[in-house]
Amino acid sequence: MADKPKVAVHKFASCDGCQLAFLNLGEDLLTLAQMVDIVHFAEAGPVNPEAAVDIAFIEGSISMPEDLERIRRIRANTRFLVTIGACATAGGLQALRNFANADEWVASIYARPEYIQSLSTSTPIAQHVKADLEIWGCPVNGRQVLAAVRSLLSGVSPWLEKDKVCMECKRQHNVCVMVAKDIPCMGPVTRSGCGAICPSFGRDCYACYGPAENPNTVALTQRLEGLGLVPEAVARRFHFITAAAPAFAEAGLRGGNMPHD
Amino acid sequence: MTEPRHIPIQVPVLARVEGEGTLELRVHDGVIEDLRLRIFEPPRMFEKLLEGREYSEVPDMVARICGICPVAYQMSAVHAIESILGVEPGPWVRNMRRVFYCGEWIQSHSLHIHMLAAPDLLGYSSVVEMARKFSEEVRRGLRLQALGNDIIRLLGARSVHPVGARVGGFHHAPKPKQVNLLLEKLHAALPDAEDLLRWTASLELPSDDQDFICVALRHAREYPMNEGRLVSSHGLDIPADQFETRFAEQQVPHSTALHCLLDGSPYLVGPLARLNLNFDHLPDSIRTLVDNLGIGFPSRNMHHSVVARAIEIVFAIREAIRLLEAYREPQLAYVNTMPRAGTGVGCTEAPRGILWHRYELGAEGLVIRARIVPPTSQNQSRMEDDLRQSLQSFGLNQHEDALRHFGERVIRNYDPCISCATHFLDLRISRQGS
Repeated sequence: MADKPKVAVHKFASCDGCQLAFLNLGEDLLTLAQMVDIVHFAEAGPVNPEAAVDIAFIEGSISMPEDLERIRRIRANTRFLVTIGACATAGGLQALRNFANADEWVASIYARPEYIQSLSTSTPIAQHVKADLEIWGCPVNGRQVLAAVRSLLSGVSPWLEKDKVCMECKRQHNVCVMVAKDIPCMGPVTRSGCGAICPSFGRDCYACYGPAENPNTVALTQRLEGLGLVPEAVARRFHFITAAAPAFAEAGLRGGNMPHD
Repeated sequence: MTEPRHIPIQVPVLARVEGEGTLELRVHDGVIEDLRLRIFEPPRMFEKLLEGREYSEVPDMVARICGICPVAYQMSAVHAIESILGVEPGPWVRNMRRVFYCGEWIQSHSLHIHMLAAPDLLGYSSVVEMARKFSEEVRRGLRLQALGNDIIRLLGARSVHPVGARVGGFHHAPKPKQVNLLLEKLHAALPDAEDLLRWTASLELPSDDQDFICVALRHAREYPMNEGRLVSSHGLDIPADQFETRFAEQQVPHSTALHCLLDGSPYLVGPLARLNLNFDHLPDSIRTLVDNLGIGFPSRNMHHSVVARAIEIVFAIREAIRLLEAYREPQLAYVNTMPRAGTGVGCTEAPRGILWHRYELGAEGLVIRARIVPPTSQNQSRMEDDLRQSLQSFGLNQHEDALRHFGERVIRNYDPCISCATHFLDLRISRQGS
């Protein structure tokens, strides 16, 4: 037991959906628990947030003052730090508040704002501490997290998908929804890894896996406008699940006025 | 007890609940002086994030409120928005939404029973530890959880934040061949589910009858999922759009989750409340199965929640079979929608209880205002009430560890989903509450 690698799963601001990449593993979860010692995973049972570990998986974004100190302690206690999902890797959907006046939101909306300790931004983990591996996806899936465990513990550089969703559609012989049906699709700038499930269902990709490598957001903006989207609608496409990812943040600000200005 | 004791107990992180919370208990001279279930989930301000977004974006956004019950968020949202747009998607969509929901109930209930509740009941700290002794039970649970996920995937492509639901119906209709494959799995899983039900009923559950108000949806003929009136065990019977006339949320200093009260009183939502109020709408075969367990429903014992979840798993499998056996592939899986200004309400039965949404849309179809009342904030006050009563009768002179374990177990019984409880107060509503 003592020489098994130790793994922790920590949660910050999130929906808990990426932790399900572990809890939905089925039989593989029991196998994983034999291979590694899961020392901290509050949702699944073990609670030991201060334990020294080999891999710390982080779900969720930094959004509260105390998060800053907590993530530094986690970093100090782990060999590898892996962010899982859009919140930990890009600030998540809640990073839409970065483009608004978040203090005003709190002051105008909370009946008792003094009870609420919240930062005005929601930011990715790597903005505060070094992340050894960032896994994109909203949510990430079991295949991604198991591959990360395997490669990190075997001393192999983890492989990350950086292709566009378009490439995945081609591999699957999907009919392009943008070309064939004029549906405004984010596939040309979005990272693959999801299996191109949205175009497979005949709908638009909505960019939940974040920006691909070298995304041409300018060309896609022009294409979306060509399909009849007004600048505000184009901006909303980029400012969605991974709004704070730099390529999308910039494209969204360029694309039109945000609704919360 | 011979000497006065003052026990401040803090449980820093509650294990095995979705999200994180803290229970603070102050006991003085054998009496609970202060009890607070603290929820310190960071506020993500979802209702504000929704403002200015197009109605078509809402189902994909609200899914992100909770990774464990995204279907519930999508269903309450599409019903609310369709009521504004004046859209009636028809029987195929209605049936498939019910199937979709069956998947989420099976998945969420199996996860709760095996990963969160059963380790408590059998004295283990996690499902992994429990699997060493209860290998077959755990594997059966994992199979059922996977089955629930398979149903969600049929209509949603993935089980967490599924991508199939849209305002007006679904983006995609499954092929009959896929439906038949799933039907085989559903039939094969029925014995598992019935064994699970008998197993939960055979567990040693504390008998602790309490007085509480149950609230659930009630449909004229069906066990409720997507439709129904709001009813209570104490005579409430109103349409869902009158929710705000009787239910009010309050912000409390010790928690970022709001507390919701019915006419000023705590109440219970979720599987036990649903079953207590709708037992007569279960199919005869399931009623007979339950009658043979020796547990009488309606039950006032909160510990029967685990049995209620198992009953709903059996029901959801049978219901999915019933609906999918009549499956026909439609020409189109949705009806088209056009923007229209107005306000609409949607209330559906999430795995953890009623989930109420209200949206106000402008003429262009953009969200002007949104309000979301999740099940966990509705159960907050009931959980605190339960803790006060059951800890007092458990005996406050017990060792701290025993009290802590007992308290955790009481809370877990409600399957609190603390990520869901993350939202903030609408100023107008808070004036009503205070």
